[in-house]
Amino acid sequence: MNLRTLQSGQTGIISAVKIGGPLGLRIREMGLVPGTKIRITGRAPLYDPVKLRINGQTLTLRNNEANFIEVRIEEGA
Amino acid sequence: MTAKDSLHIALAGNPNAGKTTLFNNLTGAHQHVGNYPGVTVEKKEGICTHEGNEIRVVDLPGTYSLTAYSVEELVARDYLVNEQPDVVVNIVDASNLERNLYLSCQFLELGVPLVIALNMIDVAEKRGIRIDTEKLSEFTGVPVVPVIARSGKGVNELLKTVQKVSQTGAAPPRTLIRYGADIDEALKDLIPVLEEHKLLGSAYPASWTALKILENDEQIVAKVMLENMKVGQELVDRSETLARHLQDTIDAYPETVIADHRYGFVRSILRQGEVTRITDQDRLYASDQIDKVVTNRVVGPLLMAAILFGLYSFTFNWSGFLVDWMGMCFAFLGSLAESALPDGPIKSMIISGVIDGVGGVLGFVPIIMFMFFGIALLEDSGYLARVAFMMDRIFHFFGLHGSSVMPFIISGGIAGGCAVPGVMAVRTLRSPKERMATLLTVPFMNCGAKLPVLTLIIAAFFPAHQARYMFLATLVAWLVALLVAKLLRMTLLRGESTPFVMELPPYRVPTLKGLFIHTWERTWQYIKKAGTVILGISILLWAMMTYPGLPSDKVADFEAMRQQVVTSADKAEELLRIDQLEAEAGLRHSIAGRIGMSLEPISHFAGFDWRTNIALVGGFAAKEVIVSTLGTAYSLGEVDPEETTSLTDRLASDKHWNPVAALAFLFFIMFYSPCFVTVVAIAKEAGSWKWAFFSMGFNTVFAFSMAVGIFQLGTVLGLG
Ligand SMILES: Nc1nc2c(ncn2[C@@H]2O[C@H](COP(=O)(O)OP(=O)(O)O)[C@@H](O)[C@H]2O)c(=O)[nH]1
Repeated sequence: MNLRTLQSGQTGIISAVKIGGPLGLRIREMGLVPGTKIRITGRAPLYDPVKLRINGQTLTLRNNEANFIEVRIEEGA
Repeated sequence: MTAKDSLHIALAGNPNAGKTTLFNNLTGAHQHVGNYPGVTVEKKEGICTHEGNEIRVVDLPGTYSLTAYSVEELVARDYLVNEQPDVVVNIVDASNLERNLYLSCQFLELGVPLVIALNMIDVAEKRGIRIDTEKLSEFTGVPVVPVIARSGKGVNELLKTVQKVSQTGAAPPRTLIRYGADIDEALKDLIPVLEEHKLLGSAYPASWTALKILENDEQIVAKVMLENMKVGQELVDRSETLARHLQDTIDAYPETVIADHRYGFVRSILRQGEVTRITDQDRLYASDQIDKVVTNRVVGPLLMAAILFGLYSFTFNWSGFLVDWMGMCFAFLGSLAESALPDGPIKSMIISGVIDGVGGVLGFVPIIMFMFFGIALLEDSGYLARVAFMMDRIFHFFGLHGSSVMPFIISGGIAGGCAVPGVMAVRTLRSPKERMATLLTVPFMNCGAKLPVLTLIIAAFFPAHQARYMFLATLVAWLVALLVAKLLRMTLLRGESTPFVMELPPYRVPTLKGLFIHTWERTWQYIKKAGTVILGISILLWAMMTYPGLPSDKVADFEAMRQQVVTSADKAEELLRIDQLEAEAGLRHSIAGRIGMSLEPISHFAGFDWRTNIALVGGFAAKEVIVSTLGTAYSLGEVDPEETTSLTDRLASDKHWNPVAALAFLFFIMFYSPCFVTVVAIAKEAGSWKWAFFSMGFNTVFAFSMAVGIFQLGTVLGLG
């Protein structure tokens, strides 16, 4: 499932990051790599960008950047 | 390194890891801010003394990685390679090991002499993270020293370790990280070739160069190609084979596979017991609660408006007394010069060129100081990142970045700012294209110096709806600035937008020391400028408005007129009148006056006569000058911008002026060339005068086209 479609408060685990190049590296160097647990903590007033929690830090990214990230929703979360 | 007597160390690490704090702690007041050659990235250098030895400390830009994709990263890695610091101190945020160690991996790959300063252990401990530094050191192969940069704890130990490492030198690069079978194999193919041909041999370890070739790193590939085209091509071919293979088998790019394996390495370290996490719940609890309110859909924007407005009132109201005080100082200096110096051109130059010019520039200092203090407060507390977060949607649409908000606001997004600190605030923007577009469009905002002119014209021609017109002027400024930004991003500054993958730092209480250092650094840079370029330009402008002086027969005419007055009744008034006429004639005769007149054939398309033109030329010095120059040109003497009734009446009744001409004039004032202080600031922030000249030319042509359009259309429609 695509990160973009996650609702505020939902939790998941990144299963794939489907982009290379500068954006792909940027996403990875900020810690968004497969296997990482994430939780959506909110969105900007105009619904974009999105705010999420990973490894005890808060990251932001735009919806069109979230498009490239696939997540697995955790059961029971 | 040339002399071995003083040690040379570089601080490197992630943004927000505490680099600045450690740097300040090490060097105290002994620091010097400059730029890395050719780029606008700030370079901070300082000296610290440890056990009687001097240590030169260089603060590298904070980065998450060492790729060739951003200026900061290129600067950091070029510095490490070219300047070869004796020791690199890698500041690692202990409360966020995973991402911080990802960068450490890349220093290990580069094989620089490294010491890890494990910072923020107080924060980590509060979060229940316990780190076994000895094991961390064992796994990474470099010394690890726990520190608390904020309190200075552990810094002494750090310096001791640094000294020890500098004596033993770097351990030869060990192969610590495996990148998976495919990549490791490709590396095995590349490294011997690089070693055999000694490609980039002296500067970089072959294993690093090989890795960068596989990552398709533009800078390194270009360097290799430059040294040996043929072998370089072989290497690139091998790298492309790997890329195709990875694409076919696992649908991934080499650089991302490498990145994933670095993370694998970091995780294996963390798993193998260096870290125990007890709880990880509470740390961001407070930040999250604050964010729930601060970035709320309804409350967030309202609160933001209130806070920004507060910043404004703070800056412009509270700095008022200092501005007045500085003004008084310079007025005093002026009167001192007036009485002490003999009459003549030198005196006129010192008073009107040097004292007024530099005084006008230094007069901004209190505003700039207050503004930067306010920004430092918002920045250090973490709020600024939230503003960018909330505004990004809108700014991204116009090809800008969420972080462009602040420069716009400061420059006059709420009428009455100043473009100089606005331009300087662009520095916090990291994306080159967005930053340039911001730089070029912030001067469109209605700064405090344009306000008296706008007020004057509105009062003269649209007296019924003054407040409404002022508000409209602010809206129009925003609209035009954003549209021009969009235009620039679609033409001259075309290119991908920079990702908004950013860290939102937790809210923190800023330290007073940090705030003062931030404020002072930026203010000092501004003051330094006033001493050099700006002094020159202000003397030049003074000369343009003074020379050539009236020919002696004209002066004699005015003298004769004065003689006649002697008999008349209102002697003083008449004399003043003659002085004003002479000033007008003088201005008209000067270079500026001649420029004004020679421009009339063009400027009349926008409805400007020569008097207006002179005022606009003067407005390049500072927009405040427009009103006083108009006063002189209309032979009313110098008009005080605060007290313009006489000029308002004069303009309203002048046959050259009508509402259409006034509107054209308003638009021109709002959008033409920034004042020269801003231009100098733009040159500095853009890193070249090319863009500064571009902004002068482009804005003037753009504003003029608008003014002509308005004047011609209005005249055709018979509104004038
Ligand atoms: N609690 C704590 N805070 C720290 C420590 N070191 C730095 N900070 C804070 O972390 C924030 C970011 O530090 P700064 O030096 O600006 O980071 P830089 O971006 O790496 O230069 C500041 O608010 C510092 O006061 C530390 O050891 N402990």
